[in-house]
Order: sequence, then C-alpha cells, then structure tokens
Amino acid sequence: MATIEKSLTHEKEQASLWDVERIRADFPVLRQTVNGKPLVYLDNAASSQVPQVVIERGSMYLEQEHSNIHRGVHYLSQKATTAYEGARETVKRFINARESKECIFVRGTTEGINLVMHGYGRKFISAGDEIIISAMEHHANIVPWQMLCEEKAAGLRVIPMNDAGELLLDEYEGLLNERTKLVAVSHVSNALGTINPIKSMIESAHKYGVPVLIDGAQGAPHMIVDVQDLDCDFYAFSGHKMFAPTGSGVVYGKARLLEQMNPFQGGGDMIKSVTFEKTIFADLPNKFEAGTPAIASQIGLGAAIDYLNSISREHAAAYEHELLRYATERLSGIEGVRIIGTARDKASVLSFVIDEVHPHDIGTILDQEGIAVRAGHHCAQPVMQRFNVPATARASFAFYNTREEVNVLANTIERVIEIFS
Amino acid sequence: MSELSELYQQVILDHNKKPRNFRKLETANHSAEGYNPLCGDQLTVYLKLEDQAVKDVTFEGSGCAISKAAASMMTQALKGKNKQEAEKLFTEFHRMVTGELDEEKTPNDLGNLKIFAGVREFPVRVKCATLAWHTMHAALNNQELVSTE
Repeated sequence: MATIEKSLTHEKEQASLWDVERIRADFPVLRQTVNGKPLVYLDNAASSQVPQVVIERGSMYLEQEHSNIHRGVHYLSQKATTAYEGARETVKRFINARESKECIFVRGTTEGINLVMHGYGRKFISAGDEIIISAMEHHANIVPWQMLCEEKAAGLRVIPMNDAGELLLDEYEGLLNERTKLVAVSHVSNALGTINPIKSMIESAHKYGVPVLIDGAQGAPHMIVDVQDLDCDFYAFSGHKMFAPTGSGVVYGKARLLEQMNPFQGGGDMIKSVTFEKTIFADLPNKFEAGTPAIASQIGLGAAIDYLNSISREHAAAYEHELLRYATERLSGIEGVRIIGTARDKASVLSFVIDEVHPHDIGTILDQEGIAVRAGHHCAQPVMQRFNVPATARASFAFYNTREEVNVLANTIERVIEIFS
Repeated sequence: MSELSELYQQVILDHNKKPRNFRKLETANHSAEGYNPLCGDQLTVYLKLEDQAVKDVTFEGSGCAISKAAASMMTQALKGKNKQEAEKLFTEFHRMVTGELDEEKTPNDLGNLKIFAGVREFPVRVKCATLAWHTMHAALNNQELVSTE
C-alpha cells in the first residue's frame, strides 16, 4: 500500500511538472471555437491532433522535396527518399527495433494487421489450427482473423474478460495449446482503456512457440513501446492517433518472420526483377511496400515522433494518467453515470453511459458545447455486447487536455441528465 | 442552446420516455427491420394493412431519443392512412428534415410531425429521425431489411 501511495505521489509530482498551456500552443487546431465555445477535443483515441512542427514538416516536403522515392537519380527524388527512410530510422528508435527494415510503413493499424494476416496467416495457418484473440479487440483485430479462419477452416478462440474489462489470464493460458498458431491482442483497449499485460502474455505464447501480434493503435500514443523488451513478433500502430497525419502507420515484424512471409500487395517497388515467367521480390522492407506510399504522411510520422521525444514522454504519460484519474473521479460522482471499463491499469479512455440517455444524444448535446467525444460502438461491437449496452460515449484524452476541460465535460453531462430527466 | 432546445423539445423527450405503440403487433401482415449501423439503432416496424389502409402500426427496438420519438410519432400519424398517404408523408418528412421542404411555407400533411424540423440543423442526426420511416417504407413494399448506411 505504501508503495502505491508513494508511486501515486511521484506521479502527481511528475504531472505537476507538465506545462499544459505551453504544450497546447503547439497545436493550432485547439485554438478554435465550436458553436461559440472553445473546442474541447476529447476524441483522441479516434484521431489525435497535429502539432505545428509536424504540419511544417509536411509543408516543407510538399514545397521543397515532393517527388517519388527510390530509384530516382535526380536531386528531388533523393531528397524525398532520404526523408522517407529517415522517418523509418526514427520509428526504429521509437520502438527500439533491432533494424529499421523491420519497420514496414503501412496506411495504419488496420492495414498492418491485414498485412500480417495475408503475409503470415495465409502462408502458415491451415485447417484445424487456432488463432487466439481477446474479447476486447477492435474490429480491425477481429475481422481479418475471422476471414482467415473461414478461408482455412481454422478456429478462432477468444480470451474472455471480467466485468471491469480485464482479460482473464488463466483462461488465456488454458486456450494456448499445440494447435495455436497465432495470438493477436491489443496493447490498450480502444473501447475500455484497459492496458493489457502483453509482456507476460507474449511470454506464455512463446512457450508454445506461438508468435504474437500486438494491436498497438492505442498503445503507441500513450505507452513507451520497446519491441525487443516485449519480444512481440508483430506490433502495428497508426500515425494519426499519435499526432501525425492520416495515411501513416507502421507494422513492426521480426526480420526472421517478415523474410519468411508472402508479400502483401504486388506491384512496383516491391521487386528485384520481373519477367513474365517469374518475379523476384525485393528485400525488406520494400517487399511489403508496393506502389507509391503516403510519403508526406510517413515523413510527418517521423516528425511527430521527434516532437514526442522533445517533450518528455514520461511526464506526458504521468500527466495523462492523472487527468484520466481526475475525469474518472468527476464522472463517477455524477448520479446516473456509469463508467464502462474500470480496469486497474488504464490509459486515456473513459467510456461511459447515462441511464435512459442514448450515447448519441449525449454526443449531440456535448457537441453543442464544443466538446468532441465519440458516441457509438467504437468498432468494438462484441465489447458492447459483453457489457450489455448498445453503445457508449467515450472521452479520450491526450497530454494537451486540461482539468478545466474535464470540468466542462462533467458540467455538460449534468446538463444532459437535466434535459432528459 | 437554442438549436438544442429545438431538437430536444418536450414532446420529443416525452415520446422517448414513453414511446407509443411500442410493442410487437401479433396481427401484422407486413414488417421490416431497420438498422443504423453508425449508431447501433435497431428497430422493427409492424404494419397491419387492410384494403391498402394502415389498420394498425407498432414498433419495437432500441435507439436514441430522436429515432425512438420519431418512430413513436410516426405510428400515431400513420394509423388510418392509406398506402399512398403513408408514402406521401414519408416523402414530406424526409424532405423536411433534410431541409428541402419548408414546412411553414409549402402546404403539407405533416401536422405535429413538424416538431422534427429542428433535426435539419443536425445533419448527422437525420438518419436517426428517418430510420423508422425508411423501415415503414420497406415494410409497405415487402422488403424485410433496411439499413441507413
């Protein structure tokens, strides 16, 4: 108990070091009003905002470097290639990959998971095999595996969770067996905010020689990710949820696995040589990057990581955690509000329902006050079914949100209850 | 909050709380299920048609206040109407909430359904208001499933 109190105090101290107004000044989009009220942006789990330095890096590319990458002998193409490959190096350091070629650029987490499904799953999974996912997955980490299971006559197994939204790890251990060929689980749940103990889950899977894919869409923006320490086999994340433009994203894979896998898409840039008889595929990472990628967006992702590195991620995480704690306390104190997802370890996400008020009505009323939240099933319909709600309203925080914004949210929720009483 | 009070008027809130004709209709000879995948709204509309006239109409399901109130008030408005009148009302309602029909200037049969005019200020909620109507239209025309996506 004493250590928990000590770490809480430590966290509060760190959070108090955070100069949120200085940080907010880095994000031009936050300066606007919506319906005459200051924008309160609490939809960060869907898409986070972009700091000025990332916008400027994108503009600079378009103004001074825009050209197609690789193979170009001319000046601009070389500049673009250097910037694009530079972003890959930045990503490599960000997640501590062994080699930058293990960082495949994709459109986002969804494409990353689909790449592994096609490249790894379709090659190595066959009839009677089993894939394990969890009860709290986003549709992006359910549907591709379901499609694969259907195609291969393989089985999909689901790790259940308790009423707090925590995975039942004993059940998980029981699901692992010699038929298991892949585990695919989220780092942080987008609908509940639960942080899963992925390191120990990976260790368990590896006892059976089973590779593990982590859906890091909500993990990468809020957690320090070290793929070597985690020893995960694949880790997919999206740029637009971590302060970069849409169209950027990464799927990390261990080189040994990526090399064995089939390519994802065929086309230009992913080949060494092509004849009508045979194509020899390119080495990593190009083997998985057919066609012209979202060059400006991926360079933007590199700039977003540079930004994150410049602001102390540890302090940012502590501040976010304290903000989530405060928001949880405020909303729990309102009669009629029920929080969905009360796991001990949570990040960023506060999902809630109000008795007798549909989340879409909550969303509309909050929007009138300039508050952006998401209302719906959050692409996690099985989670909604598990908690027996049609949908939830979800506030999700970033390190630029403030306690004052939480107060505006709480006060407006009280107003919602008043309207519907 | 003026646009908001236009949207969430007392009558709408009342129908949301106490939806009318909110039950399965055992004697129905037409029914259809409507989904709004965006919101997760789901409802079933039951119709009992006799000689092309709506003898009875009910609904059940779950959804937001706007979709529930719209369904509730729709059932009240449709009772006794013939098929043609029901379709005309659907068209007028749809045109009103999408801003194509000025319910105060153009003659229409909307009556107390005009209360939903405020929905046009909230484009993302138009689907909520029209879900029951689309579903009713599908039931009238013997389609079993309708989605607003």
